[in-house]
Amino acid sequence: MIELQDVTYGYGGTALLAGISLRLAQGSFHFLTGPSGAGKTTLIKLCYGELIAGQGRVSLFGQDAASMSRDEIALARRRIGVVHQDCQFLDHLTVAENVALPVVVSGRPSQQIERDLEDLLGWVGLAAHRDALPPELSGGERQRAALARAVIMSPEVILADEPTGNIDWEMSLRLLTLLVELNRMGKTVLIATHDLNLIRQAKKQVAARVLRIANRQLLAAGAEL
Amino acid sequence: MKRARRISARRLLAFAIGDAQADRVVPPSGFTARLTVLAAAAMAFLAVFALALSLATGRLANRWSEALTGTATIRITAPEDQIEAQTAAVLRLLETTPGIGQARLIGRDEQAALLSPWFGPDLPLDSLPLPVLIEITEAGAGYDATGLRARLAGEAPGAVLDDHSRWRAPLVSAARRLRALGWASMLLIAATTALIITLATSAALAANAQVIRVLRLIGAQDAYIAGAFVRRYTARAFTGALAGTVLGAVVVALLPARDTAGAAGEFLTGLGFTGTDWLLLPLIPLLAALVAFAATRTTSLATLKERS
Repeated sequence: MIELQDVTYGYGGTALLAGISLRLAQGSFHFLTGPSGAGKTTLIKLCYGELIAGQGRVSLFGQDAASMSRDEIALARRRIGVVHQDCQFLDHLTVAENVALPVVVSGRPSQQIERDLEDLLGWVGLAAHRDALPPELSGGERQRAALARAVIMSPEVILADEPTGNIDWEMSLRLLTLLVELNRMGKTVLIATHDLNLIRQAKKQVAARVLRIANRQLLAAGAEL
Repeated sequence: MKRARRISARRLLAFAIGDAQADRVVPPSGFTARLTVLAAAAMAFLAVFALALSLATGRLANRWSEALTGTATIRITAPEDQIEAQTAAVLRLLETTPGIGQARLIGRDEQAALLSPWFGPDLPLDSLPLPVLIEITEAGAGYDATGLRARLAGEAPGAVLDDHSRWRAPLVSAARRLRALGWASMLLIAATTALIITLATSAALAANAQVIRVLRLIGAQDAYIAGAFVRRYTARAFTGALAGTVLGAVVVALLPARDTAGAAGEFLTGLGFTGTDWLLLPLIPLLAALVAFAATRTTSLATLKERS
């Protein structure tokens, strides 16, 4: 699905990631951890074509990201649901409109997915907030809305970058449960987090592979996880 | 080829109808919206006058050309004791000249009427050495001016043929230059409109960087993102230009008519539209929309490419 082979990426001539290899197979569950600034977000962005590797190869659904056009990358992103810590929304649209946005962008009339939208908002516990504007939501609600938007197109891969960074523990567990449920539906999940407790909690529910970025390298996490 | 045309027509129709949901993706921006509509209205208002100028000067050139073509004047200046004989000789000569339809002696009263705008009604014509004037009108394919001049030189040495070409050419040339100036003004107005729309689009794209980031994150292609801006600015330019065109047309229609302004005002008050000229006015908002479409699409796609 998504594969990084010997990828190096840096900013301003300084390598942040060097010789990274990673394969996100279908239905797998990965955690990516490491200290702030280690390159977790950069690696996630490489995985959905936001950044293009300086060296090495990033393969998105069998295609080399470096040789894909912007439109091809855009089409690939419809198969990848992305949840960011800062959950970017269009603040002038309602929660329901924001969640339905990937469908609208793909050219399908959003009326056709009205029932799916209802189910999805119910699933993430936001049915009562469908007509609210994003600034009116709490941090946890925003994260769940972002997750709903990420999965509305039924993507094959879900990339979550610090999804629990701004929410309390209870809400973090709720979000984790949703991501585990998606994985059980066959979705590939990669979560970047520095919250080791969350990882420990997840490993009770799912066979997750835990990776750690340290010194620009991607390593298997230690036994403590 | 037919299939390509059908697809283009469908795409055009889809563009014109728009996608309400897609259009809502970009938040409404009050200031740039008003600025664009206002600028388009002002440009269209000016375009109406530029168009009126072009059409009026075109008509003026034709009128002057037609009025002076087909007629000529023979001026006879001779000593008092020879003037009648030379006048009679010229009239006889004209009767036998092929291509001359009519030869008419311009009387003293008519001469006085022609001179009165410059010298006043009380001009003592009798005390002035005015030449005798004969107005000739061409018939058929016209006369041979060179041959006529040669014959006049032989039979009436004081007669000079003036076929008006030395008056007509610079007047027609001036009118044609004015017409070209009018079209050049139209081009400048279109270019200025494109520039304003480009600046407004650039500002809107910069102000909506977050929107663009979100749209890209969820898989929007450049054409989709650009389309949201293109539809918005095309609609604004069309709306503004429509209002400016209507206002300009009303103002032009209210200008004094040529026949009520008198001869002195004829040149200036000829500015306006007649007959089918009015049918050109709807083209102004359509052209404004076309210019806005091209400017916004080019700017949007170039900016999105830069930011990728």
